[in-house]
Amino acid sequence: MIEELIENDEPLVQIDRMSVTFGNQNVLRDISLEIPAGETLVILGESGCGKTVLMKSMIGLIQPTRGVVKFDGNDINRLDEQQLSRLRRRFGFVFQNAALFDSMTIGQNVAFPLRQHGQFSDSQIKEMVLSRLSEVGLPDSVVVKKPAELSGGMRKRVGLARALIMNPELVMYDEPTTGLDPIMSDVINELIIRTRERNPVTSVVVTHNMVTAMKVASRVIMLMPESRLEPDEPQMIFNGTVAELKSCRDRRVQQFINGEAGERLMELRAESVHST
Amino acid sequence: MSTTLGENSNLPDEARLPGFRGWFIRWVSNWGELAINSIIALGDFGLFVLRTMSWMFTRLPRRETIWPNFYRVGVSSLPVVALTGTFIGMVLAVQSYFQFRQLGLETRLGGVINMTLVRELGPVLAATMLAGRVGSAMAAELGTMRVTEQIDALAAMGANPIRYLVVPRFLACLFLIPTLTIMADFMGVAGGFFYSVRVLDIDIHHYWHNSAKFVSNFDLFVGLFKSVFFGSAIALVSCYQGFNCRPGAEGVGRASTASFVFSFVAILVLDLFLGIMLDSIYFTWYPEGTGLL
Repeated sequence: MIEELIENDEPLVQIDRMSVTFGNQNVLRDISLEIPAGETLVILGESGCGKTVLMKSMIGLIQPTRGVVKFDGNDINRLDEQQLSRLRRRFGFVFQNAALFDSMTIGQNVAFPLRQHGQFSDSQIKEMVLSRLSEVGLPDSVVVKKPAELSGGMRKRVGLARALIMNPELVMYDEPTTGLDPIMSDVINELIIRTRERNPVTSVVVTHNMVTAMKVASRVIMLMPESRLEPDEPQMIFNGTVAELKSCRDRRVQQFINGEAGERLMELRAESVHST
Repeated sequence: MSTTLGENSNLPDEARLPGFRGWFIRWVSNWGELAINSIIALGDFGLFVLRTMSWMFTRLPRRETIWPNFYRVGVSSLPVVALTGTFIGMVLAVQSYFQFRQLGLETRLGGVINMTLVRELGPVLAATMLAGRVGSAMAAELGTMRVTEQIDALAAMGANPIRYLVVPRFLACLFLIPTLTIMADFMGVAGGFFYSVRVLDIDIHHYWHNSAKFVSNFDLFVGLFKSVFFGSAIALVSCYQGFNCRPGAEGVGRASTASFVFSFVAILVLDLFLGIMLDSIYFTWYPEGTGLL
């Protein structure tokens, strides 16, 4: 399927002039984006800029206020419940804090998509679960444990195993390395790269970790919080390769890459004074 | 449902004026926002109910998601419902005895206690215990799942959260609240009997004779019929609160509290209107009625 799409040169995900508003708060404004099959797109931006909202709206978890989101040519906001459910078999989503089901064991968590969609026997499910867990470096013994018994890094890897178990075409990673030590962060980065090498998946990674961005990205976009934009300014302030990102002259991009506060503290103070 | 009279962000510029005019504009604007938010929340709740009902009539969830909820709602709630039922039966005996003795009608105590139990206190008590014990827990559990993105994870994996999380809880409350009501009724009747006959020394024959005379099958039906509505309201209100939980521990706590408060209000409002409706049906069927005297 992926190869066919690459040959067809058809983007897997197409977003056209999408805006998202929560109550009175504009989060995303006129975002247009295409993600070709096989690409690893990294979405950068400071906290609250709408990175996760953008990613969640790609799979219909958040409905845009305006605009169109298409996956493989299907407008996902016009699909009925069953069509959307079928389409979601083709996605894998790794949540920021793994979002494992507390009431289930690790084995049941990883097997959940298989039981939800697949027509697999118990022995096949068990084999697939153990194989996926082993791919992310977890021993067989974890299958009977509850999520609360695992460390943050282990939970993230279980979340990755669960997201990959249906061999999705599009894998989304929401802050995959946040809260992890540098070594475990790199383990997750390596797993993202290995997943891409093993299966030709399209990946979208939301992060503010520059090491992750530099290591896994084939393309990077950077968003600015809507509240900090001028009326006609585009929210996506960068769209290009990692090399282009490094040489980008935009002051805001460079500040983000280098982790410099600059005059941001003054701006935050001014904003807090203005809001009161 | 979870609207508050908070700071209105849509205030017109005139509202910032000092003095009475500014205050009045703010006051009208705040109440207007509250009214709009309440209507939106009511509409949102209505859609939530419709979506739950549509799953009830299309594809029911799998058995493995239904049984644990049936166990939690039914089996685990039995002891507390039985205990409260017993004590309410005894309390009714204590409270009614002296009034009835002054009139020389203490032998009619069975009729009063048992009629009150099967028509009102049994169903309302079972529903209140369910709202407190199960409804709050449902709201807190679903609220935590919302906050920790577990509900999003369900949807992302192609499972419908309403079908997977709400319908089993709704079915459990719908089908098991009548059994809990029967348990509350039975234990209340037993408690009332024990206190009246053993402690207050009322004649056993008259106690049961009057009970049988004044409590009809219709009364039992009234209690059970009402309980089905109470159970549905508890499940829907609690699940809605959980699904619309605000972020953080405070949000989960608020969802849990709100689920009990709104469920309890819903129980009382439904009790009133169902009571009026069922009474009018009763007096249509039996115009002469039955009286305690």
